Amino acid sequence: MPTNILVFCETEGGQLRKSAFELLGKATQLAAATGGKVSAVVFGDADAASLGAWGASTVYVASGPAFGTYVAGAWVKALQAAIASSGANVVLGSASGVTREAFPRLSARIGAGLSVECTDLRAEGGAIVGRRPVYAGKALVDVKIKSAVGLYTVRPNSFTIGAAPGGSASVVALDAGITDADLDVKVVETLKPATQAVDLTEADRIVSGGRSLKSKESFDAIVRPLAKAAHATPGASRAAVDAGYAPHGDQVGQTGKVVNPSLYIALGISGAIQHLAGMRTSRVIVAINKDAEAPIFQYATYGIVGDLFEIAPALEKELTKALA
Amino acid sequence: MKIGVCLKQVPATDTRIRVNPTNTGILTDDVKWEINPYDEYALEEAIRLKQAGKGTEVVIFTLGDVASEARIRDGLARGADRAVRLDDPAFAGSDALGKARILAAALQQEGIGLVLAGRQSVDTDTGAVPAMIAELLGWRQASWVDKLVIEGETFTAHRAAGGGTREVVTGQLPAVITCDKGLNEPRYATLPGIMAAKKKPIVVKNAAALGIDAGSVGAAAALVVEEAMSLPPARPAGRILQGDAATVAAELVRLLREEAKVI
Ligand SMILES: Cc1cc2nc3c(=O)[nH]c(=O)nc-3n(C[C@H](O)[C@H](O)[C@H](O)COP(=O)(O)OP(=O)(O)OC[C@H]3O[C@@H](n4cnc5c(N)ncnc54)[C@H](O)[C@@H]3O)c2cc1C
Repeated sequence: MPTNILVFCETEGGQLRKSAFELLGKATQLAAATGGKVSAVVFGDADAASLGAWGASTVYVASGPAFGTYVAGAWVKALQAAIASSGANVVLGSASGVTREAFPRLSARIGAGLSVECTDLRAEGGAIVGRRPVYAGKALVDVKIKSAVGLYTVRPNSFTIGAAPGGSASVVALDAGITDADLDVKVVETLKPATQAVDLTEADRIVSGGRSLKSKESFDAIVRPLAKAAHATPGASRAAVDAGYAPHGDQVGQTGKVVNPSLYIALGISGAIQHLAGMRTSRVIVAINKDAEAPIFQYATYGIVGDLFEIAPALEKELTKALA
Repeated sequence: MKIGVCLKQVPATDTRIRVNPTNTGILTDDVKWEINPYDEYALEEAIRLKQAGKGTEVVIFTLGDVASEARIRDGLARGADRAVRLDDPAFAGSDALGKARILAAALQQEGIGLVLAGRQSVDTDTGAVPAMIAELLGWRQASWVDKLVIEGETFTAHRAAGGGTREVVTGQLPAVITCDKGLNEPRYATLPGIMAAKKKPIVVKNAAALGIDAGSVGAAAALVVEEAMSLPPARPAGRILQGDAATVAAELVRLLREEAKVI
């Protein structure tokens, strides 16, 4: 059976998110393997037509006041309408603040199986197999969905983005029949993060600091400038967060954020199992720790045994030079 | 208003996970079980809401076998009033949607007006069950919440919206709220609490008691099938760089650029 794939493309500030291209690339491969077509759904104002070049043959666009900031009721209804219009049997979305609510609701509403936070998707004998981490990435499970429609969310940075294959899409306005009753939970205020850095879950480079930084002042003086020099997002161990060196939102690990960057630099972090769980899929891990026996070194691609207060500034200097 | 807390037991977060010989799950023989860390925030918030006069009763809901009663007792010792444990052979092998059906039926039967749950359980890491419960009950929802205010029939919650942004959302009760780290600092059980918990009721309900069709839950009804579990591939051995700070810093940047090609 051909796999017709609908990709939910999220936007931010009117721009399509990077994850949209990541998912469309994968969707195009999967659809080609099974002889299906790819369509996309976009909410609000964004350059919907441009998704044609990324493999979508049809782009469904829902617009209007309900599609600025996320409203669960309206967005689930519109996704449901897009699935019906596109005839999709597979729906892909990026694992995000929206899909973590909207996809389970959709799943329960239309009786579609859901596999969240997949790190790989493959076509196998006409079916899609999703691979997702469980136990915070200490194990992986391969998942198949039996229902007529299967829903998948994909962790950001799971697939590389190639060149756009080219092509064009027809853009179709989606009328989901939104009424006031669908505006069930309203956003009354948006609190932007203090920093401009990319969010940890989507970051391609991360520099994290641990308890060893000893104070918020030295965390700010050592970890943040190094992150800046590396064009990276700062992160922290739980010990550093609990000590008040960094905000809760910066915690990496099993009870913080699970990250998937291509470069993760750990400064004075021991590598406790709960921390490793949050960052072990990083492509390259650099550990800087004065204890040669620290467990983090077992996972490090490159290790430096030494005092972070000496090494971090030297590294900051080299990175600033290299990335200028 | 009765407040329901979804509480699950999970392997302690420092458990070294081993896959069973049939690749269908993990070996649990030496696993130490704990209350799912995020559920502790949910329970704590429920107890605080009751203490602030926003709730009349805190009821724990656990889908699990008799072994999970130790964690339920811990929750009762911290301050919940009673518990409902959902257990039936027909529940075995339920996927997230099946679990949500069971919990939704129980929550409805107990007349719950606000459900608090952890943002995800740190075993399956799905985080989907609470949103599914909200959908099945036709309730409002807010997820990954680190600040919650209940005022009359309205909730206001700060939720993680992605991209580091937080959104302040409001909606009408009844609602399902999933709780994130930062919401509160969970309490431990005290000795008097532990003593009191021994007398608090844990009612066990099966599919018939819940009035749910056994065919709508369990392995046969599952839409999501786990084919095989595996351990992540071992990382190739790394390299330790030698030299003074300036030397290793320069060498690292060279390797990141030329060998690993990540900068
Ligand atoms: C339920 C639960 C959930 C948890 N969830 C998380 C989670 O999500 N994320 C998380 O990170 N942790 C989590 N933890 C905590 C985890 O177990 C560890 O306690 C924590 O990760 C340790 O942080 P750390 O590495 O900064 O500190 P430590 O373990 O104290 O390590 C500090 C390291 O710094 C090194 N060091 C000290 N001084 C220097 C110096 N001058 N130069 C270089 N190196 C130096 C030391 O050698 C040591 O290795 C959780 C724990 C529990 C119980």
